[in-house]
Amino acid sequence: MATLDIISPLPGVFYRRPSPESDAFVNEGDQVENTTVIGLIEVMKQFSDLTADTQGTLIRFCVDDSEPVEPGQVVAIIEIQE
Amino acid sequence: MNFSDHRLLIANRGEIAVRIIHAAQALGIRTLAVCSEADKLSLPAMLADEVMVIGPARADQSYLKAELILEAAKQMNATAIHPGYGFLSENADFAQAVVDAGLIFVGPDAHTIRQMGDKACARTTAQAAGVPVVPGSDGEIDSLEDAIAAAETVGFPLLIKASAGGGGRGIRIARDANELAKEFIIAQSEAKAAFGSGAVYLERFIEKARHIEVQILGDGEHAIHLYERECSLQRRRQKVFEEAPSPALSATIREQLCQKAAKLAQELHYKGAGTLEFLYDDTTEAFFFIEMNTRIQVEHPVTEAITGVDLVQWMIKVALGEPLSIQQDDITINGSAIEMRINAENPAKGFFPSPGRLTYLQWPIGEGIRIDTHLFDDYLIPPYYDSLLAKIIIHGQTRQQAFERAIAALNETQIEGVLTTMPLHKALLQDPAIKAAVFDTGTLEVWLPENLHKLIEKEKDDALTTH
Repeated sequence: MATLDIISPLPGVFYRRPSPESDAFVNEGDQVENTTVIGLIEVMKQFSDLTADTQGTLIRFCVDDSEPVEPGQVVAIIEIQE
Repeated sequence: MNFSDHRLLIANRGEIAVRIIHAAQALGIRTLAVCSEADKLSLPAMLADEVMVIGPARADQSYLKAELILEAAKQMNATAIHPGYGFLSENADFAQAVVDAGLIFVGPDAHTIRQMGDKACARTTAQAAGVPVVPGSDGEIDSLEDAIAAAETVGFPLLIKASAGGGGRGIRIARDANELAKEFIIAQSEAKAAFGSGAVYLERFIEKARHIEVQILGDGEHAIHLYERECSLQRRRQKVFEEAPSPALSATIREQLCQKAAKLAQELHYKGAGTLEFLYDDTTEAFFFIEMNTRIQVEHPVTEAITGVDLVQWMIKVALGEPLSIQQDDITINGSAIEMRINAENPAKGFFPSPGRLTYLQWPIGEGIRIDTHLFDDYLIPPYYDSLLAKIIIHGQTRQQAFERAIAALNETQIEGVLTTMPLHKALLQDPAIKAAVFDTGTLEVWLPENLHKLIEKEKDDALTTH
């Protein structure tokens, strides 16, 4: 099965939910589309969406909620739907 | 007074931490820095006499954690804490906890922070001191008849606001009595539907206003003003370019505004540096109090430039018990000063953040130039905090001279490795409306899309001209 790594393009903090009280955007095992938001990257108090960019199943998050990320770091892995 | 027994902990980071360290060291006070893991190699950590890492990078796990700051203060034998701006600076509970721990809080007491931090309470306090607030109805309005009667004193255009609303929701505009008759009923039913309460009140709508703020300084016994700053050039309610004095005020209005502010500070028995923010209407020359900041502000250097008073040193001195020895008559305006906020953002791409490593840094040198910054060669700008890198403050004998010096200073400034808001300031300094001081708080939001082409980083040799 082909997989795709979702990489953070920016340094910052990765969030899996839109606000601390909210549910996660997606959970491991969920189906995702190209435009599905899987998390947010906070850089200098500004938030950017991180999207799946492919269709498939998000099999694993490699960064925990609210953890720092470096540019190029793998945030999640998606199993691509053939 | 001799302050050499004091040990001042700086509960902040970035340029303001550097500013406070310099002020304290000039007074012979030992400086204690606290920092996050991400700021171990920061300028304040290097400049302070002692430093302690208090937590991880994220501010909510370090700089915003009162108990970590207080624990560090205990371990480092601090005698006083300066909160800077942002973070815990306007947190009344923190100010009280500092005092309860037997330390001095550099700022007003917790009661004053709480009193002026609550908007409704601040408004009432200001009114009681004779400071004009945005005209509004006396409480809630139940009927259209009452609304029409209240509009006589409030004046048009006015806003019908839902008492339970907030964040810009539940507001309708009425420009005359006919519109009021129509909109009032709609506003009531909308408020009921949206917030479960139909209660509304009226407030004057000030369409084109400037943001003008007055600096105050007090020792708990007596308080003075240090004139005003003009901070109308804002993007998304964030100040971008400030100046002092305001080019919009007549000498008469300036005295009225500043004396009212000083009177309010006096009645609060204010201790430390504070700022009263006003909306100012050019056409009617009316000013209205909006809120108070009970801390040092980012843009304080323009006030220091025109008055010659070191606000941060005075904050520390009055906190440590020295009476304010400067009188109101000692404060005069010398020339004109501007401040340009240099942020790690790309103005050509919606001000997207640009953290990263500096590869080259060169500051301008010359008369009237002051740089407040935490940058140094090869510094890695972390992504976890706000994007302010430096403040370039320029003083001149006239506003025009300050602008000319500012253009020369920006031409000499080189910040490489990250993108910055310097192109924005270069464009603003040459804009006819900005040079003529014709602007209000909405100007920059309109100006930015129209002038986007000017905000792309230019080649190094593409120098500006000063004509």
